[in-house]
Parts: sequence; C-alpha cells; structure tokens
Amino acid sequence: MLAKRIIPCLDVKNNQVVKGVEFKQHEVVGDILSLAQAYSDAGADELVFYEITASVEKRLLDVNWVEQIAAQINIPFCVAGGIRSIEDAARVLTSGADKISINSPAIARPELIKELSDEFGKQCIVVGVDSFYDKETEQYLVYQLTGDPNASSRTRYQTSEWIQQVQELGAGEIVLNCMNQDGVRNGYDIEQLSEIRKLCDVPLIASGGAGTQQHFVDVFNTANVDGALAASVFHKNIININELKQTLRNNKIVTRI
Amino acid sequence: MIALINTGCANLNSVKFAFERTNQPIEIVNDPAKLKQYSRAVLPGVGHAKAAMQRLCASGWDQAIREYDNPLLGICLGMQLLCEHTEEGDINGLGVIPGRLVELKSNTKPLPHMGWNTLSFANDHPILTGIKSESYIYYVHSFAHEVNAASIATSEYEQRFSAIIAKDNYLGMQFHPERSAQLGATLLSNFTQWNPS
Repeated sequence: MLAKRIIPCLDVKNNQVVKGVEFKQHEVVGDILSLAQAYSDAGADELVFYEITASVEKRLLDVNWVEQIAAQINIPFCVAGGIRSIEDAARVLTSGADKISINSPAIARPELIKELSDEFGKQCIVVGVDSFYDKETEQYLVYQLTGDPNASSRTRYQTSEWIQQVQELGAGEIVLNCMNQDGVRNGYDIEQLSEIRKLCDVPLIASGGAGTQQHFVDVFNTANVDGALAASVFHKNIININELKQTLRNNKIVTRI
Repeated sequence: MIALINTGCANLNSVKFAFERTNQPIEIVNDPAKLKQYSRAVLPGVGHAKAAMQRLCASGWDQAIREYDNPLLGICLGMQLLCEHTEEGDINGLGVIPGRLVELKSNTKPLPHMGWNTLSFANDHPILTGIKSESYIYYVHSFAHEVNAASIATSEYEQRFSAIIAKDNYLGMQFHPERSAQLGATLLSNFTQWNPS
C-alpha cells in the first residue's frame, strides 16, 4: 500500500533555514545540511526546500546547497525558488533534486509548467499554490511572491480554477498552502483541502496549520491528501516524527515506519 | 569500478552519490566503447522514454549495453529501456529483459504513482539478500512493467506491477534505490556483490 507522506518543509534564506509566522518575521532555525540529515534520520518521507527570497529577487536559488543535500541524504527532496526556465530546472535537477516546485513564475507565465513537464516528465514538476481565504468575498484566491510581505500580492486566479489549469498544463503534484493557517498551528484547512481534493487527480500535499498530531490524522482521514507538509511543529520539536507516525498507524493510516 | 552510463539524464548525480555513500567507487562514463572495461554498470534515467531511447541509440549505447556481459542495473526509466516495449511513445526498448511497460491507470487514486510503497517478493534472487518482504521503497512513475517470469519483486497501485526484474546479467528497479533510505542502500550494496551465474 502507498504510504501517506510526512514532509518537513525547510524555508531557506541566505543559506540558512528560517521560519516566519504567516509568511512574515523570519527567524533563523538552523543549518540546512544538519536539519536535512536530522529529519531524514527521524523518518521523514520527503523534504521540501524553498529558497524564499529567490522569486522576489528575480533569481534562481543557489544550487550549491542542493548538491550538498543530494550527496548527503537518501530520501527524496523537492526544491523551489525562482525556477523560471528549462535551463533553471535542468541546473537544479542535475544538482540532484528529485523534484522541482514552481509557484510565482508559473503565475507570471503558466506555459512554463507545460514546458518543464514536456522536458523532464510530469513526475518531477510540483506546483505550489498559496491560497488565501478572503472573508469579504468568501472566496479562496491565489497569491504570489509570498516570500516577502512587501512583494506579496493577489493574482487574477481563484484557487479552484488555478488548480485545474495547472493540472491541464502538466503539473505532477500540487502543494496547497492555506495562507490563513500558516504558522499559527490551528490545524490544516480541511474544508478547502477536501474541495480541492475533488478537483485534483495528481498527488495533493496539504500545507499550513499543523499544530498537533491529531491535525495530521484529520487531514489524511478527512481531506484524503497524499502528504502533509509542516515546518514549525518540527523545527520547534513540538511534534516528533517517529511518534507522529505511530499515531498515524494507530489511526489505521498507512505510514512508513 | 562501476560505470555510470551518462545518457544526459537528470538524476545522474543522485545515483552517483548513492553509490559513494556506500563506499562503492563509481565513475560517469560518456563513451560506449569504454563500457566493457568496467566490472559493473548502472543505467539511470528520468523523463520521457522516447527521448531517452533516441539519445541512447544516437550515441551508440544501445549496442554497448546489449553486448555487455557483466552485471548491469537499470533504475526507473533506465529499467524500462532494458525491456521489450513501452506504451510511453509506443517504442521498443533494448529487449534484454522480457516484458512490456503499460501506463498505470486508476479512477480513484492520484497519478503519477508517487511515494513510498511496499515490496512483495515474487522470485528468489540474490538482490533480495537481507531485505524483508513488505519493506518500503520510493516510487515516482507513470508506466509499469507487467508482472511476468522476469519479476523478482512486485508492488501494487490499483494493479500489481514489477518492482524488480532480472534476466541473465541484467537487473532493473522501477523505484529509486538512491532515494529509498537504508533499504535502497542495501539493495545497491547487494547489486555490487551480485555475481550472475
């Protein structure tokens, strides 16, 4: 049976792992390589690295740390940050990343998804979507450039239409980050994820809001996502990955232990 | 020394690093004429089968691989290219391992098949030494080898398909041993000790 994935997310800035609350006020968590190794040893199923300032600064992430991680860890990892062309993607994949994730550059030019998918195969093309619930219009809206509060802005897309479009263009996996929940540890946005699950034929990863082990149980059981991504609960040792996986198993969720 | 066949595919470094982590000397080889100097070889691969097969043939690797007598391991798309035919691009592979690749289908589960799935044994083989049945390995793929006499181990995702296949000195793994944690490292280490009779 295919296991549900537990995915620590490491936000990278100036070659260090950082963490912000609701995408703001970044503080340093630690060194990329040692954190990557620690999570891999702890039983993480996959790691995601976002170089958060790359897109905002209109440059490709630094591939040097990608190669160091590829050399050291033996679980899959995905890398994001300013990938805007086939050449960018080739550099990151050749450095040893298993998958690349694109977000703001895909909003600026959606055909990028198709170009990358055709060139490298859809299995390594992940599209990250930052979705914000607008209380006034009661709509989920896609945001871009969320790595920097000063650059972050609304896009022309509602979340559901963008999710459908990226699949048509060749996305092989979708990470849905529910911005209202990010960093506040009140639980995943089960309602939104359940709605998106119905529209999503490729693997769907939940992101934003994990605070307790029960939140992971709920998102797998109710929203039927393929993986759950989290940062602060792991960085701050609020949740131990081994214990989390035991809890999942006790709740009859298929997990790799 | 192990030869890492360079067909210009993207995951070359990941595979190289994985062998280096288990202290196995491995070298990227660009010239098919040099392949026979190596005691073992690995054919990695990600991407589209048709483009990869064209690259293989254009540079003369097809003949060098067919003529190779020592243990050769194909990983993921590299494994698929060792087989007879794939639905991806409707092309013939090298045909050194019997079987066909078909597109995975599901009405209820997400595709591609991506993540950690379990290994079930189908046939005895030295590559499985020290491995427990139902262990987890890491998959990312859309096409899969139909189970046949060459199947050493299988996995299931809506349909059962081959996880490991073998024929003579050729071995193939559909999953990524280089990204399958300790289990993957054991499989790669078993490959370096495998002596096909």
